[in-house]
Amino acid sequence: MNFWNDPLKVAATWLEGIFTGWGMDAVLAHVLVVFLGVFLLVTILMVLDIFLVWIERKVVARFQDRIGPNRLGPFGLIQPFADIIKLIIKEDTTPDGADKVVYNLAPILSMMSVLILWAVVPLAPVMLGIDLNVGVLFLIAAGAIGTLSIIMAGWSSNNKFAMIGGFRQVAVMVAFEVPMLAMLMIPTIFASSMNMNAIIEAQNIWYFIISPLGALIFLVAAIAELGRAPFDLAEGESELVAGFNIEYSGMKFGMFYAGELLHAFTFGGFWAILFFGGYRFFGLEQVSPFLAILILVIKAMVGYWVIMWVKYTMMRIRIDQMLGFNWKFLTPLSFALVLVTALMNTLLRGADSWLYVTGMFLSNVVVGWIALEIARSVARRERERLEGPTKVVEAQH
Amino acid sequence: MTGEQIIFLIVALFTLGSALMVVTTRNLIHAALWLVATLFGVAVIYALLNAGFMAVVQVVVYIGAIAILFIFAVMLTRKDLRDNTPQTNKNWWAGALVAVLTFAGLVFTLQGWSGFSKTAAAIPSGFDAISQLGEQLTSPAAYVLPFEVASVLLLAALVGAVYVAFNKK
Repeated sequence: MNFWNDPLKVAATWLEGIFTGWGMDAVLAHVLVVFLGVFLLVTILMVLDIFLVWIERKVVARFQDRIGPNRLGPFGLIQPFADIIKLIIKEDTTPDGADKVVYNLAPILSMMSVLILWAVVPLAPVMLGIDLNVGVLFLIAAGAIGTLSIIMAGWSSNNKFAMIGGFRQVAVMVAFEVPMLAMLMIPTIFASSMNMNAIIEAQNIWYFIISPLGALIFLVAAIAELGRAPFDLAEGESELVAGFNIEYSGMKFGMFYAGELLHAFTFGGFWAILFFGGYRFFGLEQVSPFLAILILVIKAMVGYWVIMWVKYTMMRIRIDQMLGFNWKFLTPLSFALVLVTALMNTLLRGADSWLYVTGMFLSNVVVGWIALEIARSVARRERERLEGPTKVVEAQH
Repeated sequence: MTGEQIIFLIVALFTLGSALMVVTTRNLIHAALWLVATLFGVAVIYALLNAGFMAVVQVVVYIGAIAILFIFAVMLTRKDLRDNTPQTNKNWWAGALVAVLTFAGLVFTLQGWSGFSKTAAAIPSGFDAISQLGEQLTSPAAYVLPFEVASVLLLAALVGAVYVAFNKK
């Protein structure tokens, strides 16, 4: 076993050797090494977060036909550091009548709920924080802490706009947790495990190909969970100024902002892990763990780019549209999809691999098509009820 | 004292302390947030017992759903979040007596149990608690009937809530 095949274990053994060589207790040395590992991971993530600011600004500029930051350093790469210095030296304000402890705790919890997700992310076959057998559920549990942080921020700011924004965001997050949980069941059914690493190992064929509808619904639920457009009604600038984070300034606002960016990147990563084979890419992950990490980061970046693409090309929807879309369309559809997937999986389990993939893919297409047909006929009836029978206008040439 | 015992003691103290804060604090939102801390402490105790599934479900269900619902209910129904009425009534001594007697009874019963002072046996490697749980909950020889009855009960409660809240046109 050398450093290039299992770097974490080699480094941990080496460090523990050094610590016990100083006369430290073996258990204490182990705890210290684990702590250092967590510290290193969090530091890398936070540094990555700084560059995500730059990536986000560059990509949004391209979508809006601009150039984006280009003054400081090559391609404006130093811009995010200038932003951070600005955030740190800004005045740190606390509104009158704010609940100080809760007000200060909210941004920390918000950032924590994102960072804690990385405990279960398998970066490479041998590099992962913890090999949890309920890794998939852990995703939802961390989301619950994020929901809590937003309601804390909204309430403690002593501001009506913040409160309304917090209510809206929590309504979105609680609602879209249901289809997301249902969609997490789909990789679980295929891999017969809730362990992230086992799900990746079982993906000889990407689950995106077996269950494209599942991947799509997961992406929609993830975007809603992030509170990004078209589900960014919690921070609707035209009505709520900034939503739940309206009273926060300086680095406390920075925590919410950086947390959101890292959250988007993290969900890109989970999309890649659950539906696009994670760190696997034609056996390249076996060459070196470092190559596996690179593959995962590239896939996560692609997922992040898709989330940005949706954000900067869609308009915001109203809260009643959002709730109707979730509870009347997405939730029944995702439950139907889980039922059909479980049934087809049992029927086709022993079948040939090609038959399995084709059957699964076709069942997804059929479920999606039926759902769209039902939605269309309901929408047409609703329109006719409101406006009277519509005349079909033939295209004129 | 092993490391695990120290962690257990810290977590247990934290859980009990925040549980005490739930009933003594005057601000209802603070009480709900202390309740979240209590439930989180219970989740940590599940994790210490190697019950990872229970720990995660505790966070998802109790913090992610029930505590959020509590906070919503408090915010939407109360104008003044501070409570000025006395926190106990004249029967407080009876409640305290029942609590002390229950605790004494539990300690007395557990002292007669042979497993009280033993350390738990190590879990054999390759033992998958979560698939065991799943099989137990769906096998007709085990707990499928109670499980299904509980789901039907929850569904009935859901339908009932929708019926009560439904606005008849």
